[in-house]
Amino acid sequence: MARTAPSRAQVAPVQRVAPWRDVRMRGIAAQVVTVGAVATVVIYCAHNAIVNLEQRGIATGFAFLRREAAFEISSTLIEYSPASTYGRALVVGILNTLLVSFLGIVLTTIFGTLLGIARLSSNWLVQRVTGGYIEIMRNTPLLLQLIVWWDLLRVSAPLPREAFKPLPGVFISNRGLNLPIPVWQPIYLWMIAVLLAGAIATAVVAHRMHRRQELTGKQFPLVWTGVALILGPPLLLFLLAGAPLELDVPVLQGFNFVGGESVTPEFAALLFGLVAYTSAFAAEIVRSGILSVSKGQTEAASALGLRPSWTLRLVVLPQAVRVIVPPMTSEYLSLTKNSSLAVYIGFPDFVSIANTEANQTGQVVEVIAILMAVYLTISLTISVLMNFYNRYVALVER
Amino acid sequence: MTDLAQARARPLEEVPPGALLRAWRWARAHLFNGVLNTIFTLLIVYVFFRVVVPIVQWALLDATWSADSDRACEAAGGACWAFLKSWGRFIIFGRFPYAEQWRPALVLVLFVAMLALSARPGMRGRTLLAIWAGGLVAVGALMWGGFLGMPYVETELWNGLPLTLILALGGVGFAFPVGIVAALGRRSKLPAIRWLSVAYIELIRGVPLITLLFMASLMVPLFLPTGVGIAKLWRAEIGFALFFGAYLAEAVRGGLQAIPRGQYEAADALGLGYWRKTYLVILPQALTVSIPSIVNLFIGAFKDTTLITIVGIFDVLQDANTGLNDPAWRHAYVEAYATIGMIFFAFCYFMSRYSLYLERRLRRAGTGPRRK
Repeated sequence: MARTAPSRAQVAPVQRVAPWRDVRMRGIAAQVVTVGAVATVVIYCAHNAIVNLEQRGIATGFAFLRREAAFEISSTLIEYSPASTYGRALVVGILNTLLVSFLGIVLTTIFGTLLGIARLSSNWLVQRVTGGYIEIMRNTPLLLQLIVWWDLLRVSAPLPREAFKPLPGVFISNRGLNLPIPVWQPIYLWMIAVLLAGAIATAVVAHRMHRRQELTGKQFPLVWTGVALILGPPLLLFLLAGAPLELDVPVLQGFNFVGGESVTPEFAALLFGLVAYTSAFAAEIVRSGILSVSKGQTEAASALGLRPSWTLRLVVLPQAVRVIVPPMTSEYLSLTKNSSLAVYIGFPDFVSIANTEANQTGQVVEVIAILMAVYLTISLTISVLMNFYNRYVALVER
Repeated sequence: MTDLAQARARPLEEVPPGALLRAWRWARAHLFNGVLNTIFTLLIVYVFFRVVVPIVQWALLDATWSADSDRACEAAGGACWAFLKSWGRFIIFGRFPYAEQWRPALVLVLFVAMLALSARPGMRGRTLLAIWAGGLVAVGALMWGGFLGMPYVETELWNGLPLTLILALGGVGFAFPVGIVAALGRRSKLPAIRWLSVAYIELIRGVPLITLLFMASLMVPLFLPTGVGIAKLWRAEIGFALFFGAYLAEAVRGGLQAIPRGQYEAADALGLGYWRKTYLVILPQALTVSIPSIVNLFIGAFKDTTLITIVGIFDVLQDANTGLNDPAWRHAYVEAYATIGMIFFAFCYFMSRYSLYLERRLRRAGTGPRRK
C-alpha cells in the first residue's frame, strides 16, 4: 500500500471547483433563495393586508384590548361584565379553555385507562362491548358527537320545573346541573391551610416509610395515615369553630335557577363529548402499552403469588407507562385543541370569545395572532410537563 | 395443573361432543370466570335488555318509514326515517341544482372507485398518480359543468357528501407536496431551511384546526390584492392543506427516520445528487413505510371536514341542520345525526381496517419500521 500511496508533495493542488458546483456555496444559495422567497410572500401579504385594512377603515394594533367588550359571557370563572375590556374577555375565555382541558385530561386518563384494561379483559362480553364503543367513537366525527351530547342534554333533560333531584338542593334539568355551595367563612381559609399542611406531612411520611419498607420490608398503613393527616385537622378545626356551614341552595325563580353553583349544559356536553371521544383513543394507547409488557413479567408476578389485580397495578402498569406516555401526550394536546369545537355548541371558550371579538372589532390579524400565541403556549406547556413526567418514569428503568 | 388433573381424571371418550356442552364450557371460561367477571357479564346483559333492545325497537320495529311530518311519527313512538325520505337527498347533495344531482352522485362513485383502486396492493406510484390526476380532473369537470349541455354550477352550491370528499381528498392531496417538502426540510443540513420547516410544522401542530379555518376564511381575503376574491371553498381548502401538511410532514419524517443509513450512503456512493437520491432511493421507501400513518391521518382529515360547518360551508352536517329547521321535521334530529354518523362510520371503519391490513403486510414484508 505504501508503495502506491502518493506522497504529500505529489497530490495535485485541490482543484478549484466552480462556485455553482461547490456544495457549500450551493447550500448558502439555496438558503438565501428560500428565505428570500418566504420573505417576499410575507411582505407581499402584509402589504396587501395593510392596504385592505386602511380601505376598510379598520384600526391596527392591540389598543382594542383595553376597550369595552360590550358582550355577555354565559359562564365565567372570574368577575366579568359587558363593561369589562376585550382583554379581560379573552382571559375569561382562556380560563374556560384551561378548565375544560384540565378536567378533560384528568377524566380521559382515568376513563381511558379503565377502557384499555377492559379491552383486554378475559370476559368476552366486556372485551367486545369496549371494542364496539372504541370503534364507534373513533370512527365518527367529534363535532357530530358533541352535537348529539348537546341535543341530548338540552332536549331530553327535563324542564327546570320538573327537574330531576337526585339529592335535596341538586337539580338536573335542561338548564344544566345546579347544586348548592357553602357560603364562604373566614375559618375556611385556615381549613385549607391545614389541609395543605396535612398533604405535605403525608408526602414526607410516605417518603420516609417507603425508604423504611425498602430497608426493612416493614409495611406501613399509608392510606389510612394519609386520610387521617389530610382530612383530620381541617375537620377538627371545623368542629371546634362550631361547624359554621351555610349553604347557598339554588331556587327555581321563573324559568331558571338562582343561587348555588351551576354547570351549563354547554359545558357538560363539551366535557362529556371530549372525554368520551378522547378516551377511545387513550384506551387503544393503554391497550398497546399493556401488550408491550412481556408475558414473562405477568407470569413471574403470578409465580411470586401476586393477585391479578396487584400484578396489573404493581408490575404491568408501571412498565406500560413508559410506552404509554409519549402517545398519550399527543392525545392530551389534541383534547386541548379539540376543546375549541366549543364554538359550535356555544360554550364561551377562548376560540369562541376570540371569534366574537374578531367580528366586533374587525381586527382579525391581531386576534388570530393572540389565538395562535396562546394555543402554542398551552401546547408547549403540556409537552414540557409531559416530557418531565416521561423522564421521571423512564428513570425507573434499570 | 388443574386442567391437566381434570383431563387425566376424565378420559376423552366420556366427554360428549355436544354443542351445548361446548357452549357451556366456553361460557364458563369466557363469561363466568370469577365473581367479578360474572357480575360484569350479568350487568352487560341487563344493560343490553334495558338499552339495546329498546333502541332496536325504536329504530326498527316502531319506526315510521313514510309520513309527512314528525307529528305523524310520534303516534308510532319509534324512529322517524320518513325524514330521510323528504330530506335524505338534500343531506347528501345539498343545494346542488336538483335536476343536475346525478353529477355529484357520479362524483361519489368516482371517488369510491379511485379509493378502491388505490387500496389495491402492489399499485405502482406512477399509475396511482395518473388515476388521481385523471380522477380529479373528471371530478372538477362534473361538478363545475358548463359544457356538453351541463349547466355551470358555482362552488357555493357544492354541498354535502361530495364536498366532504373533495375537501378531505383535495386537502390531503394538496398537503402531500407541502408535507414532503417540510419533512425533507426538517431533516435538511441547511439551518435556514431546517428552521423554517420546524417553525411551520410546530406552529401549525400547536394550534387547533378551527383557528386555521378562521384564519383562512378571514385573513386570506386580506392578504390578496384589493378586489381579488377567492371562493369560500378554496379558502377552506387552503386551511386544510396547511393543517394536514404539517401532520403529513411528521408522518413522512417517521418514514424517513426508518430508513437505514446504508441507503443514503449507497446512493451517495453511486454519485447521485440530493434530488435524485431523494426521488429515486429515499422517498419511495420512506413513503411505503409511512402509508399506514398517512391513512390514519386521512381518516382524521375526513372526520375533521365537519368543522367547515363552523365557517359557514354546507357540508353534510349543515345540510342536516337545514332539514331540521323545516317546521315539519323539528324533532327528527336523532335520525338525522344517526344517519350522518353511519355514513362517516362506514368510510372511517373501512379505512382503519385497511390501515391495519397495510401495517401487517408491511411487517410481514420486513420493510416496516426497524427496531434499533
